[in-house]
Amino acid sequence: MTYHANEKGYYGQFGGAFIPEMLYPNTEELRQNYIRIMEEPSFIKEFQALLKDYVGRPTPLYFANRLSEKYKTKIYLKREDLCHTGAHKVNNTIGQILMAKRLGKTRIIAETGAGQHGVATATVCALMGIECVVYMGEIDIARQAPNVARMKMLGAEVRSALSGSRTLKDATNEAIRDWINNPVNTHYIIGSVVGPHPYPDMVARFQSVISKEIQSQLLEKEGTSNPDYVVACVGGGSNAAGTYYHYLDNNDVGIIAVEAAGKGIHSGESAATSALGKVGIIHGSKTLLMQTQDGQITEPYSISAGLDYPGVGPMHAHLYTSGRGEFISVTDDEAMAAGLLVSQLEGIIPAIETSHAFAIFDHRKFEQDDIVVINLSGRGDKDLQTYIEYFKL
Amino acid sequence: MKNRIQKKLEEDKKLISIYFSAGYPNLNDTVPIIEDLEKNGVDMIEIGLPFSDPLADGPTIQKSSTIALKNGMGTDLLFDQLKEIRKTVSIPLIIMGYFNPILQYGVENFCKKCKETGIDGLILPDLPLDVYQDDYEPIFKKHGLINIFLITPQTSDARIRQIDGASDGFIYMVSSASTTGAKQGFGEEQDAYFERIAGMNLKNPQIVGFGISNAQTFEQATKTAKGAIIGSAFIKMLSENGTRGISDFIKSIKPIS
Repeated sequence: MTYHANEKGYYGQFGGAFIPEMLYPNTEELRQNYIRIMEEPSFIKEFQALLKDYVGRPTPLYFANRLSEKYKTKIYLKREDLCHTGAHKVNNTIGQILMAKRLGKTRIIAETGAGQHGVATATVCALMGIECVVYMGEIDIARQAPNVARMKMLGAEVRSALSGSRTLKDATNEAIRDWINNPVNTHYIIGSVVGPHPYPDMVARFQSVISKEIQSQLLEKEGTSNPDYVVACVGGGSNAAGTYYHYLDNNDVGIIAVEAAGKGIHSGESAATSALGKVGIIHGSKTLLMQTQDGQITEPYSISAGLDYPGVGPMHAHLYTSGRGEFISVTDDEAMAAGLLVSQLEGIIPAIETSHAFAIFDHRKFEQDDIVVINLSGRGDKDLQTYIEYFKL
Repeated sequence: MKNRIQKKLEEDKKLISIYFSAGYPNLNDTVPIIEDLEKNGVDMIEIGLPFSDPLADGPTIQKSSTIALKNGMGTDLLFDQLKEIRKTVSIPLIIMGYFNPILQYGVENFCKKCKETGIDGLILPDLPLDVYQDDYEPIFKKHGLINIFLITPQTSDARIRQIDGASDGFIYMVSSASTTGAKQGFGEEQDAYFERIAGMNLKNPQIVGFGISNAQTFEQATKTAKGAIIGSAFIKMLSENGTRGISDFIKSIKPIS
């Protein structure tokens, strides 16, 4: 049994490409070429060089001494927060911009929620001198002003998504509509392991550098490449997919996914997709998603804009329903407290998304000699305003 | 026995087909609009089942879908509104929508309801050909429903042949690479595309949709194709003039033949 995608892009019953015919040539071109291109020596060389010299990889695997003492287990942090642009998102945008160039594309579009993926996309477009349009919900534009300014400074055009609830889901809809209207010259850089095949698999492969590095770094530090657990927060699930990737089919390593419960799973204001979702189709993928009985997609809520997505990548839907992954939901309050704790015990202010992952220690116990690797997916600078308001700093 | 769509396609004329969102502008307008369209000489109707996230639609249909949902439209309610439709309406009726609401309703259950109601076909843009053939074709056929596939100017000849082979009604020919309601008028690119498809001698007739908004675009589209579908332009008219504008709108496109 494998937890990777099959050649049609299915993880168990989840995945596939449920797209209108207008998008068929675009996704088909990508599907036929993505693995071949990713395996070309010249591609590998260019990708590796940029990850090393531009992104700053490998990111450290850091033993969190005081956190380990507090929770009486061995906690390592994979420092994706130290990547250029402040989060793991750039691993994927570097890969996709190189892919787009090889496919002869001259224009890039992307969606963004909090703006992290938008910034990472604008960054690589500036690097390569390619036109960049980022769709962002009107409401998110208002509440994430610094990232909007960053994208503009990097030369990207930020287009306001005015449809629906005017947040990430709608920004994604608008990006897909743009792609329908510009099928030939445009590549769509999706920011997470969501969307139609081959996106979930392609993005997971680009992010898999995270677990690959964990393997060799842990071997050096602990004499084994297998931790007992790998832990990551899940919105769409790209940092989680990268953290789990090389461990998916290795049952010696436990997989823990942390979702945003918002104000509580049953509060009506939550983004805990595994707990609240049903099988359905969102953005071209069959997966678990939050919806009404009539199949209308509903609005999630989380204090963290990056976890505020009504679906989840098909890989994660499969990890959940098969039982391979352990899914834990963490509320806004628990995440914020965990973020403050990590700041004061380790001197690292995590992104609020990542703070959710740190809250698991109040939800489950680990053995003293367990090795727990947490992906520190992003730094908290972008969230300072939210932290300031929450803690009245 | 032939389906109403197949019989209509045999008529010796160019067909005019109208799309609108069920439950728009007002919740209970669905049936009066259908009856009015038939009275005014429309040949076929696509009834839009509104969806929260209509990926292939431009602003006009997004808006009518959102308003229809706000009005309270839903799958059960639509079937309830349509339950006596075959007492008054005899032209082909097609439900057009996105796949997720149908998946939640249960595909078999949905198809059964369609048959009971007198629905003749379905257009589900995000249900891909291979998934339809692998999982759902026998269910559609058992309930006498014709599934209609889309092609676009970017669709390869090989795939068009494959879609032609899988179809037994008509092919929905999307006029340009766009979402609904995006283009104003047709250019040389469309004419070349219309001729290319006409030259393929497909077994299924083609009906053109997207970008048909007036007599001129209707005529251009139906020079080679069997008919044309008007959606966004009709919905725009409804939002400006309401249901009383239907007769004038249809006359402006095509005089009753």
